[in-house]
Amino acid sequence: MRLPIQYNLRNLVVRRTMTLMTAGGIALVVAVLVLTLALAHGFSATLVATGRPDNAIVLRSGSDSEMMSGLTREAARVIASDPAVARGADGEPLALSEMVVLVNLVRRGNPTASSNVSVRGVDARVLELRPDIGLREGRLFRAGMDEVVVGRNLGRRFEGCGLGEKLRMGGRDWTVVGTFDAGGSGFDSEIWGDAEAFLPAFDRSVWSSLTLRLKDPGALPALEARLEADPRLHATARIEQEYYRAQSQQLAAVIRALGLFLVVVMAAGAIFGALNTMYAAVGSRSREIATLLALGFPPRAILASFMVESVLLCLIGGVLGCLLALPVHGMSTGTTNWSSFSEVAFEFRLTPGILATGMLASVLLGLVGGWFPARAAARRPVSEALRAG
Amino acid sequence: MDSPTGGRPIIALRGVSKTYKRDTIEVPVLAQLDLDVAEGEFLALMGPSGSGKSTILNLVSGIDSPTAGRVVVAGVDLGSLDQAALAAFRARHVGFIFQSYNLIPVLTAFQNVELPLLLTGLDRRQRKQHVLDVLGIVGLHGRSEHYPRQLSGGQEQRVAIARAIVSDPSLLVADEPTGDLDAASATEILDLLGRLNREFGKSVVMVTHDPRAAERAHRVLHLDKGVLVESVQRDRP
Amino acid sequence: MTRFVPFILRSTLRNKRRTVLTILSLVISLFLFCTLRTVITSLASSLESASTARLITRRSTSLTFMMPASYRDRLAQIPGVEDAAYMTWFGGVYIDERNFFAQFAVDPVRYLAMYPEYRLTPEEKDTFRRERTACIIGEKLAQKYGFKKGDRITLRGTIFQGIWDFTVCGIALPATPDLDTNWLLFNGEYLNQRMDDFGQVGTFVLKLKDPSRAGDIARIVDATFANSAAETKTETEKAFQLGFISMLGNIQAVIYALGSAIVIAIGLVSMNTMMMAARERTREIAVLKALGFNDRTVVGLVLAESLLITLVGGLLGAGLARLVFTFSNFTGGGFFQQFRVTDGTLAQAMGIALFLGLVSGLAPAWNAARLRIVDALRHSG
Repeated sequence: MRLPIQYNLRNLVVRRTMTLMTAGGIALVVAVLVLTLALAHGFSATLVATGRPDNAIVLRSGSDSEMMSGLTREAARVIASDPAVARGADGEPLALSEMVVLVNLVRRGNPTASSNVSVRGVDARVLELRPDIGLREGRLFRAGMDEVVVGRNLGRRFEGCGLGEKLRMGGRDWTVVGTFDAGGSGFDSEIWGDAEAFLPAFDRSVWSSLTLRLKDPGALPALEARLEADPRLHATARIEQEYYRAQSQQLAAVIRALGLFLVVVMAAGAIFGALNTMYAAVGSRSREIATLLALGFPPRAILASFMVESVLLCLIGGVLGCLLALPVHGMSTGTTNWSSFSEVAFEFRLTPGILATGMLASVLLGLVGGWFPARAAARRPVSEALRAG
Repeated sequence: MDSPTGGRPIIALRGVSKTYKRDTIEVPVLAQLDLDVAEGEFLALMGPSGSGKSTILNLVSGIDSPTAGRVVVAGVDLGSLDQAALAAFRARHVGFIFQSYNLIPVLTAFQNVELPLLLTGLDRRQRKQHVLDVLGIVGLHGRSEHYPRQLSGGQEQRVAIARAIVSDPSLLVADEPTGDLDAASATEILDLLGRLNREFGKSVVMVTHDPRAAERAHRVLHLDKGVLVESVQRDRP
Repeated sequence: MTRFVPFILRSTLRNKRRTVLTILSLVISLFLFCTLRTVITSLASSLESASTARLITRRSTSLTFMMPASYRDRLAQIPGVEDAAYMTWFGGVYIDERNFFAQFAVDPVRYLAMYPEYRLTPEEKDTFRRERTACIIGEKLAQKYGFKKGDRITLRGTIFQGIWDFTVCGIALPATPDLDTNWLLFNGEYLNQRMDDFGQVGTFVLKLKDPSRAGDIARIVDATFANSAAETKTETEKAFQLGFISMLGNIQAVIYALGSAIVIAIGLVSMNTMMMAARERTREIAVLKALGFNDRTVVGLVLAESLLITLVGGLLGAGLARLVFTFSNFTGGGFFQQFRVTDGTLAQAMGIALFLGLVSGLAPAWNAARLRIVDALRHSG
């Protein structure tokens, strides 16, 4: 025998102030959960979207990031001629020697705040190696000129990064002649210019990294073996996409851990609220419960009914919480990625999976918060409950 | 107009009407009622449900106000008082006794009785003295640390009566004080009310359904549809 | 009002389970609030200890660029600068990446004198100057890994490749407890030698004769090196550290948003409880009013009860935060110099508890004041 769900719905509607307040508490917990997950997801999605699965990035052995790496021109030439590297229409290897430095830029609208931005020296081949990236406004920098193009996120976040503006770096002024769109990836937070112009300006003599198009991504192990075999090169290769994914892991894990801590503690608080509400529901309906028991409903049915009501109550909270979090989707924010020490802009990304996690969490809260009151209701002796009315 | 017992009136109702509004319908409860209760009188109000007897009780104790007419209690015109003054008036002049006792379940008998004294300037020692005195009067000497649920119905009502008299009001209003009690307990309570009336000079106005309770009164008023239909005068027992 | 205290206490404990659950949720939320606020105050306190009497000069491009060590003499000659010493971020790894702490290669002669707030014996300073591979560690770092004088610490270089061995020659004690001592200093000449006398350093610390002229002197320094191969950016030590915090982005806003979400969530929980409690007692309140309690007293009783609950919750939550973080020596894995719940944070937590108590008592109190005795007594006969 089961009690109809309408019975529970009616009860929630009748006690709507209490229902809404409890659901409101649950909603905020779910919202915080969903937001931290969206933040962590947005951050890793940005870095995972950076780089291609068929590109390899070559760094100095033992370097975890481009910042710490260095490759001589000679080594770069040798590696580019490796048989695993694809060739372009002109017959030349599809290889890009890059130089990456961090430049401290002032945040727009706040002259006292600054952050580090990755500045990447490349050549005209860059769009061939990264075909997903396209110019959005203006044009590409010209070889040998003091010109740069910037990612789409940069112009409104840092002084001097708007189209047509001048940017002071390495003792020279660089004109922003174009902006590019890297599809929300980490490249959107970078400044690109001609590597040959950057090297002297930033007082560098070696490349930071070499990006290669592989004929076949499966050729990577062979390439790695050949790099290792040649002690002059002192280099190691990995898939570009994996390199950027690894860079996101540390911070994303920290965001998730902090979020989880907050949510677990808040959830404990919210469960106390749900317990209070459900105990009150049981208390105010003890005569009703007794009547149902007297009518022959088994205690199991009473237990189930209160559990259903508690879950319904928390589901309302779950839906409210997801709705509350929804407007944040797509909102962008930025923080310094500890792995690269440069600032990355990214968006909150709400996925169906994250929303489902939020709803699941609310159901869980309902089950936990409902169990003890529901059991108390089911265990009540009929006679006592009738008297208590 | 002299009161039936010849004393100074403690209650004087003049041309009192009371109408309740239920949604859009007006329900008259009392119509043009005149009533005097003398100091030291024991008055019983009887009548069917909705006859207006509880309304009279509410009016004289200042928890409800008339639609028309004057209510003067202990020389005070209640119509001239605001809510705060009415509360002070109740604290000073009226002792309440309810059908379902209305004791605070989380407080002991002592603390329940002490409640009205918290509104006075008495210090802790004086309050304790008063409370123990009245618990003695109602015959609950050794019960002061008991909680309401540890007492029988009759005992609970006696605690309630002690609470009603602890601040030494001149008027006791009782709404069906024996309604929830068995015959033996009811007799005890009525004896107690009679004693308070005789020995301590309290004026008592009591609403009741029970003819045996009404027998204790000096005067019994029968109400029907807001009008006094019968008044029976008895000798003091 | 004291005479009502027993009554309020009894009333609060009427439904023990509910009161305890409510207090627990308050404890949790105020504990969280204190934790979040301490994140902010801890970041700020790292600035408090930063001096405005010292300037930091770095390459204008970014910290990752180095500049010639020979700049020191030119810096020291600038009027108003008492002394200048270099310090270079080393960025080595101790065992693995999780054991993060700061390491600097510093001017062995001048650097220690610029930071008198870290106490070392003359012998320790002397050894540091003489021994090439000597290092000095802060007290907190020594405690964390149990390092003692004479211990060897091995670092794997990331910026400066290779394996680097250092011997602890001194442990620096902070003059005030809020100073960061989670670091390692080693002889900068050793770095220079192993890097084939490259003659490059990361930053210079400038000690000023008159701190009030910091702004002017910073401008003069940067003007001195303008249009040179290595342009500089000079700012006070405080502004320099503020720069690191601004790199975290809008962390403050995020923390405030979370803090308010928590406070609101728990506010709803406690309001709900107070309203439940008051609803069950409508009749009792009517009885009190019939006994002659006026509206002010009744409102006072209802408010006092909700304040009692929230203040107890606040005291426990804030007190717990203070105790937990004081005795656990939590530093967020070295991210914070120290994680101390300040008195200001405690006061704010209590303020929130007070506010929650007033807000959650408000609706029931208002209802109690408005309550018509006649109706309340009739309904629940």
